[in-house]
Amino acid sequence: MSSHNNRLVAAALALGLLAAPASAFDFGRPATPEEIKLWDIDVTPDGKGLPVGSGTVAQGKQVFADNCTACHGDNGQGGIKDRLAGGQGTLASSAPVKTVGSFWPYATTLYDYIHRAMPYPTPGSLSTDDTYAVTAYILSLNGIVPPDGKVDKDSLPKIKMPNRDGFIPDPEFDPAKLFRKK
Amino acid sequence: MTSKTQIESLQRRASVSRRGFLGGLSAGVLGAVATEAAAAQTLAEIPDRGPGADLGAHSERSRFVKIDRIPEAGPGKRNVDPSDAINSKTPHQKLVGNITPTDLHYERSHSGVPDIDPAQHHLLIHGLVQKPLVFSVDDLKRMPSVTRVVFIECTGNGWENWKKADPDLTVQNTHGLVSTNEWTGVPLKFLIGLAGKEKNSNWMLAEGGDGAGVDRSIPLTDEIVNEAFVAYGQNGEPLRPAHGFPMRLVMPGFEGNLNIKWLRRLKFGTEPLMTRWETARYTQLLANGKARQFQLRMETNSVITQPSGTMQIQPGYNIISGLAWSGHGKIARVEISTDGAKIWKQAQLNQPVLSKAQVRFQMDWVWDGKPTRIVSRATDEQGNVQPDRQSFIAAMGTNALFHYNAQQTWSIDEAGRVRNVLA
Repeated sequence: MSSHNNRLVAAALALGLLAAPASAFDFGRPATPEEIKLWDIDVTPDGKGLPVGSGTVAQGKQVFADNCTACHGDNGQGGIKDRLAGGQGTLASSAPVKTVGSFWPYATTLYDYIHRAMPYPTPGSLSTDDTYAVTAYILSLNGIVPPDGKVDKDSLPKIKMPNRDGFIPDPEFDPAKLFRKK
Repeated sequence: MTSKTQIESLQRRASVSRRGFLGGLSAGVLGAVATEAAAAQTLAEIPDRGPGADLGAHSERSRFVKIDRIPEAGPGKRNVDPSDAINSKTPHQKLVGNITPTDLHYERSHSGVPDIDPAQHHLLIHGLVQKPLVFSVDDLKRMPSVTRVVFIECTGNGWENWKKADPDLTVQNTHGLVSTNEWTGVPLKFLIGLAGKEKNSNWMLAEGGDGAGVDRSIPLTDEIVNEAFVAYGQNGEPLRPAHGFPMRLVMPGFEGNLNIKWLRRLKFGTEPLMTRWETARYTQLLANGKARQFQLRMETNSVITQPSGTMQIQPGYNIISGLAWSGHGKIARVEISTDGAKIWKQAQLNQPVLSKAQVRFQMDWVWDGKPTRIVSRATDEQGNVQPDRQSFIAAMGTNALFHYNAQQTWSIDEAGRVRNVLA
C-alpha cells in the first residue's frame, strides 16, 4: 500500500515536471498592461493598433517636405532611397517599379512602417496626426486618396490598395491553410 | 571518417606534378595571403628565430593575411561608401572549413548597427499568453540553453545573377550573404512555456530594437517551435553588435530576415501582421506580376568557392572545393561537373554534415588546359535538388530579386581565368 502510494507520488511528480517544466522556476518579471502599451506599436490590416487621430493630404505635403524629401525625392520619386509613387502597371514588365502605389497590399502597413521606422534619422518622432497626414500624402501621390482627402483610424483600413490581390502565398506557409489541416 | 578512399585520394594527389599542385593552390586559398617577399626556395634560407611579440589580451590575424568583408548596396551597386551600404559580404574565396569567422559573418542591417547597453535591454513577451513577461539578458543566461551550428542566409544571396552575370564578380559578390556560426541561446519552446502561450495562437511577431524596428510574422509550426531559439552567444562569445547584441532570434533554415536581431519583443497572435518586410520587401515578384509571399524557407544550394570568380588556375591537378547548405535539413550529396553540366561526379563531403548548416565539399580534378565550365549541384536529405539556371528562371522569372538558388557556373578560359557566367 505504502509503496503503491510512493509510486503514485513519483509518477505525479514526473508528470508535473514533464507537463510544465518551465513553471517550476521563475524567470523574468510580469509585464504590466501600461508598459506593454508603450511597446505594442504594431498595426494590422483590420486597423487594430491604429491610434486616435487624423491627417490631411495638405498637412502631409508639408510633413513630407520637412522630413522625407531628402531621401525619397519631391513627390516620392527620384530620391536616393525607395521610390514611393508611380509604377502601377509595371509589375509584369522586365523593369518592374515597386512603390507604395504599385506594390504595397495594405494602407495600414504604411502607417505602421512610418511610425516604427521613419524618418530614418529619428524613427517614431512624428506625431500621430503628422503620421496620418504623411500617410495620406503618399497615398494621394499614388491617386489612392484625393488631393483634398484625409485619413484616420477608421478610414485607413477601408482603403483597398491597387495591388491588394497581387500576392500568392507560398504553399508551405499559406496563412489561410497552414493551421487548418488538422 | 578517414576511409580507404580518402587515403587513396591523398595518395593520388601526392602523385600529381608538384608544379600543377602549387599552381592550383596559389591562385586560391593561399591567395588570401599577401606574398610580400618571394617565397624561400630552399631550406638553406633559414628564417630568423627569436622572441616574438608579447602575448596579448586577444589575438589578431597575421599581418600577411588580408581578408575582409565587402560592404555593398544592392545588385550591381558594389564598392560603395560604407554609409550607403545595406549589407556586407563574407569572403568565401578566402575561407576554409565549415564555420565562418565571427567578424566575417555576413551582415544585413536595415538601419545600421545599434549600440545597445545590455543592462538597458529587455525582451517583452505578450499577446495571447497567460503571463506577459519581461526578461533581461541575465534572465536569459540563467535559463537552460541550446548550442547549434546553423547557416543564416539573406534572401538576397545570389541576387547579382538574376538578369545577367558580370564576369568580374567573385564568389564573395555572388554568394557572400550566407554564413555558418555556432549560436547559443534559450529554446523558443522554453520561453513559450514560461509565458503560457494560448492554444489558439499560431503566429508570433518578432521585433527588433534597431532604428528600423524590423518585425516579421513567424508561423508556429512544430518545426519552428522545436528549433528556434533566442541567442545571446555566437561562436562561444556574446553576440557581436552587427549580429544582434545582446540577443537575436535564430531560425534554423529560414530567411535571414526572420532571425530578428536586437530582439526586443515577441507577440503571440492568430495570424500574420502583414508588416512592410513580409509584404513590400521580402516577397518574390514572378513573371506574371504576382508576388510570392511567405516563402520563408531557404532553399537547397551550393557554390564552388575554389576555384571561383577572378581566380586563375594552372593545367594539371586542381582541387575543387565549395560549400553546400539547405533549409530543409542535411546535405545528402554534392555533384560537380567540370564539362558544363554534361557529366556529374559526386564530391566528398567533409564531416560533420549538420542539419541546416553549411558543409564543405571537395573533389580532385586534373584540368587539361582547355576552356570549360565548372558547376556544383546539391541534393538534401529530403531529396530537394538545386535547380539548373534554365529551369529555375522558367519557374521564377528574372524579377524575383530574392531566393535565388540556381546552380552557379564558373567559366575557365584557355589561360585558366575563372569568370562568373549564367550557365
